[in-house]
Amino acid sequence: MTYTIKTAQNEWEIVCGLEIHCQIISKSKIFSGASTEFGDDANENVSFIDAGMPGMLPVLNKECVRQAVKTGLGLNAQINKYSVFSRKNYFYADQPNGYQITQYEYPIVGKGKVKIDLSDGSSKEIGITRIHIEQDAAKSIHDLNPKKSYIDFNRAGVGLMEIVTEPDFKSPEEVGAFLKKLRSIVRYLGTCDGNMDEGSMRCDASISVKIKGEQGMRERAEVKNVNSVKFAMQAVENEAKRQVEIYEQGGTIEQQTRQFDQTTGQTKFLRLKEYADDYRYFPEPDLPPLYLSDDYIENIRQEMVELPDAKKERFIKDFGLTAYDAEILTESRQTADFFEKAAKGHEGKKVANWILGDLFASLNANKLTLEQSPVTPEMIGELVDLIETNVISGKIGKDVFVHMWQSKKMPSQIIEEKGLKQVTDTGAIEALIDSVLKENTANVEAYHNGKTNLFGFFVGQVMKVSKGSANPQMVNEILKKKLG
Amino acid sequence: MTDLTKLTIHEALDGLKNKTFSSVELTNAYLNKMALGRKYNAYVLETPELALEQAKASDKRYADGTNRALEGIALGIKDLFCTKGVRSTACSHILDGFVPEYESTVTQNLLENGAVFLGKLNMDEFAMGGSNEHSFYGPVINPYSKEKPLVPGGSSGGSAAAVSADMCAAATGTDTGGSIRQPAAFCGIVGIKPTYGRCSRWGIMAFASSLDQAGPMTKDVKDAALMLKAMAGYDAKDSTSSKLPVPDFEKVLGQDIKGLKIGVPQEYRPDGLNAEIAAYWDKAADMLKSRGAEIVPISLPHTKYALPVYYIIAPAEASSNLARYDGIRYGLRIDGEKLDDLYINTRTEGFGAEVKRRIMIGTYVLSAGYYDAYYLKAQKVRRLIKNDFEEAFKKCDLILTPTSPVSAFEIGDKSMNENPINMYLNDVFTVSVNLAGLPAMSLPIGLDKKGLPLGMQLIGKAFDEETIFKAAYALEQDAGFERK
Repeated sequence: MTYTIKTAQNEWEIVCGLEIHCQIISKSKIFSGASTEFGDDANENVSFIDAGMPGMLPVLNKECVRQAVKTGLGLNAQINKYSVFSRKNYFYADQPNGYQITQYEYPIVGKGKVKIDLSDGSSKEIGITRIHIEQDAAKSIHDLNPKKSYIDFNRAGVGLMEIVTEPDFKSPEEVGAFLKKLRSIVRYLGTCDGNMDEGSMRCDASISVKIKGEQGMRERAEVKNVNSVKFAMQAVENEAKRQVEIYEQGGTIEQQTRQFDQTTGQTKFLRLKEYADDYRYFPEPDLPPLYLSDDYIENIRQEMVELPDAKKERFIKDFGLTAYDAEILTESRQTADFFEKAAKGHEGKKVANWILGDLFASLNANKLTLEQSPVTPEMIGELVDLIETNVISGKIGKDVFVHMWQSKKMPSQIIEEKGLKQVTDTGAIEALIDSVLKENTANVEAYHNGKTNLFGFFVGQVMKVSKGSANPQMVNEILKKKLG
Repeated sequence: MTDLTKLTIHEALDGLKNKTFSSVELTNAYLNKMALGRKYNAYVLETPELALEQAKASDKRYADGTNRALEGIALGIKDLFCTKGVRSTACSHILDGFVPEYESTVTQNLLENGAVFLGKLNMDEFAMGGSNEHSFYGPVINPYSKEKPLVPGGSSGGSAAAVSADMCAAATGTDTGGSIRQPAAFCGIVGIKPTYGRCSRWGIMAFASSLDQAGPMTKDVKDAALMLKAMAGYDAKDSTSSKLPVPDFEKVLGQDIKGLKIGVPQEYRPDGLNAEIAAYWDKAADMLKSRGAEIVPISLPHTKYALPVYYIIAPAEASSNLARYDGIRYGLRIDGEKLDDLYINTRTEGFGAEVKRRIMIGTYVLSAGYYDAYYLKAQKVRRLIKNDFEEAFKKCDLILTPTSPVSAFEIGDKSMNENPINMYLNDVFTVSVNLAGLPAMSLPIGLDKKGLPLGMQLIGKAFDEETIFKAAYALEQDAGFERK
């Protein structure tokens, strides 16, 4: 399904590429030993290096390299055995050295690709151009004092991976699907926590439009620092529309940088590209080039966890899940692990239903995360088994789930304590049915006279007398026989 | 009583060990000399109380037998080194009142070897200059001056003058293009720039990171051996420092130099070379020859490009290294309406003319559109210069050249002040060594007709300072240069 913007005159296509800054998960910063802890008091985690003191030198944090290589492998990308750090020179108060140490000509990770699944059931590959590693800037705070700005250097020097994609996106949906997939992958890998609202994952989108079938590309606008998946989709949609409007009114688009306005969902002009700084990149003389051996890369490859795509395929194959269910269950590693634990030795599809249904609903209603769930995977597994083996009915199962949630007890124990065990003894059920039929002779007669929809009434009565413990299937069968 | 300040380090160590005098006595002698020698303007900060405290501690160690390699030896420290709790400004206005919270690795190593620090020594601002006329604290006067004040050379002019005038036993220097060797030559002392990576750059304010090296400036070759041993060593905080073990340089002193091949590069003897210097060069070669060394003519064909290459690479790195002096976090701040005004006001006021010139050159050669023509090309030629030395060292073990094409000149020399290129030309024999990262020593060979010292330079293979020391020690004995 192609996404286009249709106007009276034309049909327009979107051309979009993304640059995503991911804060690397590591205990210390990329070039200093200071902590990367988020949320500490301002300027708590600042080394002399991070503050750009005279004579200070960067030392590369090996953990950040490892994380970048892991991420590269997770995005099916080429790992470059030779990469070089460069200085990107510019003055700003939150850039203590007057330059950012980054990678320019020789990034640590080269071309890769990521598969995204779309709502119409199709899937698409998005090309990764490169990933390079660099240091984050400090944070300027302008709203504490009308005449002064404050700077918090806690973030200065935190390791970042900048992931650059090819201009492969043709719709807001693709952008959203990619960001979710990327977030899921880095979270699986434990290389970035992917929290866009906290700024640990930040997205810039380069957007241009062209008339369907048109060759080449038109001037693009770069929308900076969009901090949620929803906003990114909105930014792409609205920026494309804005450009189309301008073109249709006979205007032109100049290459420019724009800002996303969360309140309006629109993009705002920031600056023209031609006024952009000349960053005077040159190789960082304080750090030798980075060489990675085949062994090093291979070791990391061996340690790679199963990623969402592979896990999804396996869940479909091994547990007979639908693609949709498998997708949701594998979006986060925690959910996937929870499911697998619960499904182990039990009916996977049923387990999935309980997790996606009652469990997720309860978690949402109580605003809890999966880690905080009172219901354990073992409870779900046992619950499914109890229903499968007719110890309880599905309906009783729902009640048992509620008890589980409240008491954190295993379902078997709940059934025992509350006497919820299902009656599957034919004789006992027959006795129940007989008593119900005896008390409702008028209705029995009506049934025989053709009011067959009373069948449900009899079932209900039997279940009521049994306090829900009679096996409904058996009640149905025996009742059918008795009523002839 | 003899003048204790005339003693070399090794002589003073004997006296201290034999308890002929105490470190406090020795230190007091220097403090008196410093007071008498203030006319030279060698020190920009004297720290007598700190020095006496350290000297007392040293005397205690001599008493209890825990004295270390340089115990109680009073040194002067170039102001480019960050010294904990002691003002460190690189002799720049922009670092007004800056007191580091940390000690540079090299000075820390010296302290751990028992050294006493007398104060901070004058220098060209941020080590940019060859005459020490570019200091915020004013020029240093060469102790060899007669009627008119002469420059001590630079940038380590304060260090050279202080050692020459016995205002310290020895001093630290740094050498980016000749800043240890040229002032050593001008002031009749010994100075060695070790192999790039031999001494940690951590805590030394960076001028040109790929060229900067710290080294000792001493009264004789043996002192240089002792002091370099104490300064050098791998430092995990400097990613460009070498893990190679530091040899005991003192051990090679006095070893036979028979069979040693001494290269003499033809390119270093242009037609216009000062006849006195040429004569001393020949004399030095003869001295080595008479001890059984073999003189080998060699060629360093890319020598003529060394100066232009140096004056592209060094300013390029400097323009970036000095970006951190922005008035935000430490040192001078001249406020302004907007952030850019603060930068402009602070840097306009804070930097001297020579520093500004080099920032401008460096910014220019790194700019988009000029990078390939200047910086990139310079890096390529730098490689060729390095190759020249590698080729030459296939034929010889050491290279002998003069240190400088001139002896000390007058402060305020017209031609050099009018055209900085004339000043830069003084670096012609020294810059190649930095570009190639090699070790080189300047030692005094004699006086010219004006009664001013001249230096000879011995260039060694990378990490082969030992051969330099061996030959220099022999040459020192034969030259019989009498210290002031």
